[in-house]
Amino acid sequence: MAVQLKDTILAVISLRPEKVQGGGAPIFWAETQEELEKNALNLSRILNGAIHDLENGVYIIVGH
Amino acid sequence: MENYQISILVGVTVGFLARLYLLKVDYRQYPSYPHGYVTHISFGFIAAAIGSVAISAIMKPDFTAVTFLALAATQFREIRKIERETLSNLDESELVPRGKEYIEGIAKVFEARNYLVMAVAMVSSTAAYFGGWAYGVAAGALAQMVSIRLMSGEVVGDFAEIVPSQPLFQGALLTVGGVVIMNVGLPSHRAKILKEGLAVVIKPKHDDARATLDNLGQRQAILHVAAALLGSKKEVGELEFTPLARKDIDTGMIAVFLLPIEPDMECLIEAIRKVPILESAKRRPLASRVGRKAAD
Repeated sequence: MAVQLKDTILAVISLRPEKVQGGGAPIFWAETQEELEKNALNLSRILNGAIHDLENGVYIIVGH
Repeated sequence: MENYQISILVGVTVGFLARLYLLKVDYRQYPSYPHGYVTHISFGFIAAAIGSVAISAIMKPDFTAVTFLALAATQFREIRKIERETLSNLDESELVPRGKEYIEGIAKVFEARNYLVMAVAMVSSTAAYFGGWAYGVAAGALAQMVSIRLMSGEVVGDFAEIVPSQPLFQGALLTVGGVVIMNVGLPSHRAKILKEGLAVVIKPKHDDARATLDNLGQRQAILHVAAALLGSKKEVGELEFTPLARKDIDTGMIAVFLLPIEPDMECLIEAIRKVPILESAKRRPLASRVGRKAAD
């Protein structure tokens, strides 16, 4: 099996710019809840990570 | 026939049959491939042959011949290493792996069974040497029953109560019985979990049980067996549906979550009840004075 980064944030998808600051993982801005979920799903499949909801309009994709 | 010949023949036959019986009783622990059976049966035969020749060598007398028992020990240790490596390699392609502890347990059992067969063959051949084939068979059967009794391990249902529960969400956090299991992001995934997920709570009956269930290897074995018997909807890219077990830090109870293919709560409880307690995970703090004192 290929080596994968474990327990690191692989990507961030956010509705609100003020809630996230840069720091290693790429940030994807979304305008609607629908776009947020669609991006999250696509990214999780591509990156092979799990989607987690920080309950403030920010989703993170984490490798496990 | 000479005494040697009867004794060896009876010893080999009884030992070999003992190995076949053990294979039948616990086949589910091993990967089910036909070549695996051939390997196990062959080693069983060799172990039976070695055990049954020992008494004849002593009676001849040819004591140096008994040194081949040491050779047998080396060989069987090698086998345990090989079995462990094979199972570990195969475990990498399992979606819900067995875990290192469970594999170690299986490899140990495999080695131990060969020794047991050797012992049964030795007992049987000794009895046959002195008393004839009938005594040999009887002694062998008795030895086999004793060894089965001694080797039969406990299961989780012996020391813990398994209670059905419900997966619930507090915001994005999946909880079972008040224990947080994981954060699930997508609302559609949460809906699927609420609709199709199964959850149980494993309540230890005493401190020994709590300490044993604390062990991550034991928990992984529980998850593996549950997923193997009921199926799991985990996929390579869908980590949200991974079976998980988390402990309640205050009471020591284990909350188990599974998204099965067969949604049957009764079967899940029964499956978890029958999970073997791993020898390496077993803990007995109550057996020590300090542990007993701390427990009250």
